[in-house]
Amino acid sequence: MTPLLEIRDIRIEGRSDEDWHPIINGVDLTLGRGEVLGLIGESGAGKSTLGLAAMGYVRDGVRISGGSVVFDGIDLMTASAEEKRSLLGRRIAYVAQSAAASFNPAHKLIDQHVEAPVRHGVQDRSESVEDAIELYAKLRLPDPDQIGFRYPHQVSGGQLQRAMTAMAMSCRPDLIIFDEPTTALDVTTQIEVLAAIRDIVDQFGTSAIYITHDLAVVAQMADRIKVLLRGDEVETAPTREMLEHPREDYTKSLWAVRGFHRPEKPAPGPDSVPILSVEGVTAAYGEQVVLEDVSFDIHPGRTVAVVGESGSGKSTTARVITGLLPPRGGAVKFEGETLPAGYRKRSKDQLRQIQMIYQMADTALNPRQSIAQIIGRPVRFYSGLGGRRLRARVDELLEQIELDPATYRDRLPGELSGGQKQRVGIARALAAEPRLIICDEVTSALDQLVAEGILKLLARLQDELGLSYMFITHDLATVKAIADEVVVMKEGRVIEQGAKTAMFTPPHHPYTDLLLSSVPEMDPDWLDRLLAERGVEALGEAATGKM
Amino acid sequence: MGSVIRIVLQRLALGLLTLLIVSAVIFGAVNLLPGDFAQAVLGQSATPEAVAAIRTQLGLDQSLPVRYAQWLWDAARGDLGVSFAQANFASFTGRVDPSATVLAQIAPRFANTMFLAGVTAAIAVPLAVGLGILAALWRDTAFDKGANIATLSSISSPEFFVAYILILLFAVVNPVLPSLSNIFPGMSFGERLEKTLLPALTLTLVVTAHMMRMTRAAILNLMAQPYIEMARLKGMRPLRVILRHALPNALAPIVNVVALNLAYLVTGVVVVEVVFVYPGIGQLFVDSVKLRDIPVVQACCLIFAAAYILLNLTADILSILSNPRLRHLK
Repeated sequence: MTPLLEIRDIRIEGRSDEDWHPIINGVDLTLGRGEVLGLIGESGAGKSTLGLAAMGYVRDGVRISGGSVVFDGIDLMTASAEEKRSLLGRRIAYVAQSAAASFNPAHKLIDQHVEAPVRHGVQDRSESVEDAIELYAKLRLPDPDQIGFRYPHQVSGGQLQRAMTAMAMSCRPDLIIFDEPTTALDVTTQIEVLAAIRDIVDQFGTSAIYITHDLAVVAQMADRIKVLLRGDEVETAPTREMLEHPREDYTKSLWAVRGFHRPEKPAPGPDSVPILSVEGVTAAYGEQVVLEDVSFDIHPGRTVAVVGESGSGKSTTARVITGLLPPRGGAVKFEGETLPAGYRKRSKDQLRQIQMIYQMADTALNPRQSIAQIIGRPVRFYSGLGGRRLRARVDELLEQIELDPATYRDRLPGELSGGQKQRVGIARALAAEPRLIICDEVTSALDQLVAEGILKLLARLQDELGLSYMFITHDLATVKAIADEVVVMKEGRVIEQGAKTAMFTPPHHPYTDLLLSSVPEMDPDWLDRLLAERGVEALGEAATGKM
Repeated sequence: MGSVIRIVLQRLALGLLTLLIVSAVIFGAVNLLPGDFAQAVLGQSATPEAVAAIRTQLGLDQSLPVRYAQWLWDAARGDLGVSFAQANFASFTGRVDPSATVLAQIAPRFANTMFLAGVTAAIAVPLAVGLGILAALWRDTAFDKGANIATLSSISSPEFFVAYILILLFAVVNPVLPSLSNIFPGMSFGERLEKTLLPALTLTLVVTAHMMRMTRAAILNLMAQPYIEMARLKGMRPLRVILRHALPNALAPIVNVVALNLAYLVTGVVVVEVVFVYPGIGQLFVDSVKLRDIPVVQACCLIFAAAYILLNLTADILSILSNPRLRHLK
């Protein structure tokens, strides 16, 4: 039987300034009928570009410069725009990374769902609505009869992602491209979506290309895995074979990423004064209470990881500590002294002691300022240095974050990689010579290899400078790697807290248990096992509970 | 829906407050005009006693705040006062000739202005939005560039120049339309429309560019959104992608620019009125300033301000209604 999709020696280029530079340099891809191929690699590897090219589609500023894409005997390189349009949505469908951004905010879910079947003449509207409700039920969406009649902003992220999968299924396509469909989701939600996608793909015998940077996820979903690195194929092999015997060094390095592990430091003595105490903090945005009676301590030189799903109040806690959001009740103490609630009332020295590093280094750095200006500003503000001494201090900070001052001093953030930008964010925090740094999801926008580099850097700086960290994250692998203590938050409350080893050893609080068991493992049978343990019923309840 | 009503009421209250502030500014500014009506009407050789007498009759001898309070109170009850120019001072008895009230002066002129604005809007808004959509659809093609150049050149030319060119083309070279727009009460709608067409076309050429370019920009701004890509990947045609997926999300900025241009049509078309001898409110306004006919000037300003505020308010409300996030809360 001929394969469903056959890509030969495809070359794709993107334009930056006036030049075309390669994104994909001659990759082959073959997909059999009913097969799921995992496409993995770091950001910039060209996964999404390749996935879209499989649909005969390129984004603005991108072109296919060579090779062929043949879908079920139809050459998409020579097909007319009209021929391609008749395939898209009907025989080839797409599920995007962010369902929240990929659903049109102006229309109800159902109207967007029926658009492809009605426009392609597959079904009329009422048939398609009925079918949508069936698909919603199959994907275990709560209230399948009604959920389609809501607007996207009225539905949670995990539910939207399943609704988008339903939409992709609307014409029963032969091929679906899943482009990082769970990357933006919490681990507990991710499981529901993964299970739903896998079931429905199985049920209809749909072929799929599953794009992700998360190996553990791809291990659950794919029959075969193809590894990409900067536009080149590294290797392709059936999933189990690839997991057990990766051939190439790059693949092995990807597999080994989660190896970084920092032993827990000994518990602080009974007379140790916490550097920061959050005591019974309650906070609200307007009428909506977002934090309730949150308390925890951070002792000098230690790392406290604050974990929880999105909306659990992790970042709000950071806003209260830094004085950006004055709390309704409770207090924040620094070395036993209560800090004024609002940052405006804090002294320069109080401000200096607590610094922040943000998730998106891209938006946290002024794109118009050179690296030296970005780091120099807090140095001047807090220590009053100027001229040659300022420059020397900036160079010293750059060396601390392992960037060569001569090379990087005068560059703009746009000329740096994601990991380098995050390092500059760290240097800017260090410039104030703080005692405590709040790291808000600092590695979640980064590839695993790069993220590991950042974690190692933070660990080294902690040892050298005696820093304390409050580490906000939803990624439990990161927690395992660097935390000394863990605070688990849910819906604005602290559910459980304690030393890392204790937290990762059963018995846990049921919610901690749910979080821990939801982290995908690099074992192709992990999802099956977990679903069997939890039972489909429990999943359904979890989905409804998250309304 | 309740929250939308609340927002609308809030905006309405803010609009009224703005109008109140504007009315004070108008009153203050008009009274800063050099010279006064009594002096203007009696001429250079008037005796100081005669001037003072008229000032007393008109209440001009009272202090500014008192006059403002009086005027505001009357205006709120719908009485905009008596036109100085129309009142008969020689036999001023305190009784007001009904045709001399500001309202009687302004009402027919205002109706004419609204008619002209309405005809212009009926042509210009669909034209501009349609051109904007097509320009976005055929971005960077000859059509897009042509539409941009044409609308930009028409907005860059002075209004009177555009007006005379149109007169030359449609009244002189091909005499199909009248060059004078002297409309009067009792005319049939068809006749009115015919007389109004040339000034309306002139104004269309003036206002189309803004609206068209904003429509194009607002749509193109959205073309990089993931939901637009999703619509394309569902195999939708380019025109449908724009009309169904981009336009509903681009309405807010478009509606605002349309409102701004409509407000201009109500308040700022003196030059076009003069060229076509169109009896609109703009000419009345200019004449009244010349005559220091303060009650009429104030009333015109108040109407202009109210038109701006009302149209912007409408734009605000339409923007809110076009956003399902505000219409349907979680």
